[in-house]
Amino acid sequence: MLNSTGVPDKDQVVSRFFDEKILSSYKAIIECYEDIPCNPCATSCPVSAITIAPDIHAQPVVDPSVCTGCSICVTSCPGLAIMLATVKKDKARFKIPYEMNESFEKGTEVHAINRSGEIIGVAKVLNVSNYPHQLKTRLITVEVDASLLHDFITIRGIQHG
Amino acid sequence: MTNRIVEHPILEVKPKKKIRFVFEEKEVEGVEGDTIASALVALGVVTMGHSLKKHRPRGFYCAIGNCASCDMTVNGIKNVRTCITPLEEKMIVKREFVEDIQDDIR
Amino acid sequence: MIYADVLIVGGGPSGLTAAKMCCEAGLSTIIVERSHILGGQLTKQTHKFFGSKDQYAKMRGIDIAVKLQEDLASFNTLTMMLETTVVGLYEDKVVTILQHNEYKKIKAKAIILATGASEKFLAFENNDLPQIVGAGALQTLVNLYQVIPGKSMVMIGSGNIGLIVSYQMLQAGIEVKKVIEATDRIGGYKVHASKLKRLGVDIQTRKTIKRAIGKDQLEAVEIVRIDENFQEIEGTSEIIETDLLCVSVGLSPLHQLASMMNCKTTYISELGGYVPLIDDHFQCSVPGVFACGDMVGIEEASSAMMEGYLAGLYTCNYLNQPHLEAESLISHYENQLYELRNGLFGRKTLRGIEKRKENLIHA
Repeated sequence: MLNSTGVPDKDQVVSRFFDEKILSSYKAIIECYEDIPCNPCATSCPVSAITIAPDIHAQPVVDPSVCTGCSICVTSCPGLAIMLATVKKDKARFKIPYEMNESFEKGTEVHAINRSGEIIGVAKVLNVSNYPHQLKTRLITVEVDASLLHDFITIRGIQHG
Repeated sequence: MTNRIVEHPILEVKPKKKIRFVFEEKEVEGVEGDTIASALVALGVVTMGHSLKKHRPRGFYCAIGNCASCDMTVNGIKNVRTCITPLEEKMIVKREFVEDIQDDIR
Repeated sequence: MIYADVLIVGGGPSGLTAAKMCCEAGLSTIIVERSHILGGQLTKQTHKFFGSKDQYAKMRGIDIAVKLQEDLASFNTLTMMLETTVVGLYEDKVVTILQHNEYKKIKAKAIILATGASEKFLAFENNDLPQIVGAGALQTLVNLYQVIPGKSMVMIGSGNIGLIVSYQMLQAGIEVKKVIEATDRIGGYKVHASKLKRLGVDIQTRKTIKRAIGKDQLEAVEIVRIDENFQEIEGTSEIIETDLLCVSVGLSPLHQLASMMNCKTTYISELGGYVPLIDDHFQCSVPGVFACGDMVGIEEASSAMMEGYLAGLYTCNYLNQPHLEAESLISHYENQLYELRNGLFGRKTLRGIEKRKENLIHA
């Protein structure tokens, strides 16, 4: 499916997640499903939690016991294929990379979007950061219902009438 | 309506100095950094010339000086590749017509 | 007559890296570039690069272009000739150039050709209408000149360029109505496709364009479904109104200057078309003429940069003025190239390179 539509199967997505206990704090979820020659996520990680082996074509693997959820890999990935996720009770929080023109204000409600580009619910914008090391890729912290954990990928502004 | 980007998530959009030039006898404006072709596209010009035999309209195509689709007469010089020629103050730019070219061939 | 040790034709990624090596070795170097700026395709590439640190991974192409030029800022043996087009190359390594309507001659001891590539085209009815553009051209207009030629577009081709340019057009506010691909799978990296999907872009495989519709300019396109033999399936026609049609169906090496000099060239489809035959040191069949980057095989800017470093280093060796760190740098950059190509996406290139080598032996 990924090969003809650009949308990974549910199994592929779930395989990159960790169980709820591990996700009690932010962890990196890397959705790089192809062997491409690339390693900035691994070389940028300050705690060496990401392994790409035996060569740079291998898909990156995160060690969640080492990952501190710092988000440097999220804005280092040239494919925007990494996000942070955490789950607490009935809410899931994400830190996602964002490079479009739309700007988002803290506290606003936006559409929660899935990997096919469909609206699946609402998301609340908690923070937007744009530090120099991010090289103009914004990092947006959002909160959604925990039921959307494996479906949510990005946000879109709600167009008003 | 402007055809120029006003805000962009990655590119730096800075105000630029205007450059006045003449296109098809009309006084128009581009900005510093434009090529003749980019200035024309910003003005909404879609047709850059015409094919020799069938007179079909031709537009911007390759942007790197390879295809000759954007060739125009600039300051009296024919077949200028407008996509790689920087815009200069007071340039006189005209589309080329079959009649002009055939004069040279004869 | 202008004299130089090395003449580099093309100021794109491979030309600039080749120049750095030659300058560091103390050779007098001229870069001739037909455009008014240096950097080649890098100047339009707003996306972050893949690869490894040595290939400037994570840096945006536009910033890499600046960095490569900064690397050359300190050399007083380097001359840059912009808005200068090479019009003739002769076997005695005399090169004639047209610079602002003046005709001049350069005699070099060695020449490095780094002319890059041009976009391929597609044959369909009305393919010459204004507002039908190549993907690189659209990228240039929007990212370099910050001009928007239309509000909506359809993209033909799902290779990396088609996917990346579609994404960049969305960033500029142009609506991407559809990305169509003739084969049954997306050609480029799936992460690029995923970025588009989450932004709501429709990507469809086994589709192609039948014709463009419009009188003085493009108004709509007719798309049809095709089978495994690329034949139209009856009754699947769809008309899509659009301001722009962007064609991204591959690149063709700009081999012409090598041919002008009687360097042997041959057609290798895995490398994108006609390429000059080069040996392991990037030297063409005419001694003292080297070639690198997309003109010897379509790949990426990352490989072009590595090839440029190597062609520069080997040129210094040829001129008996080796770079002080020649051995270690050659080994380093050869490793980088090997790493880049040693995966699924590099197989086609490796096959093409093999053919290029075989052809040179038998030439």
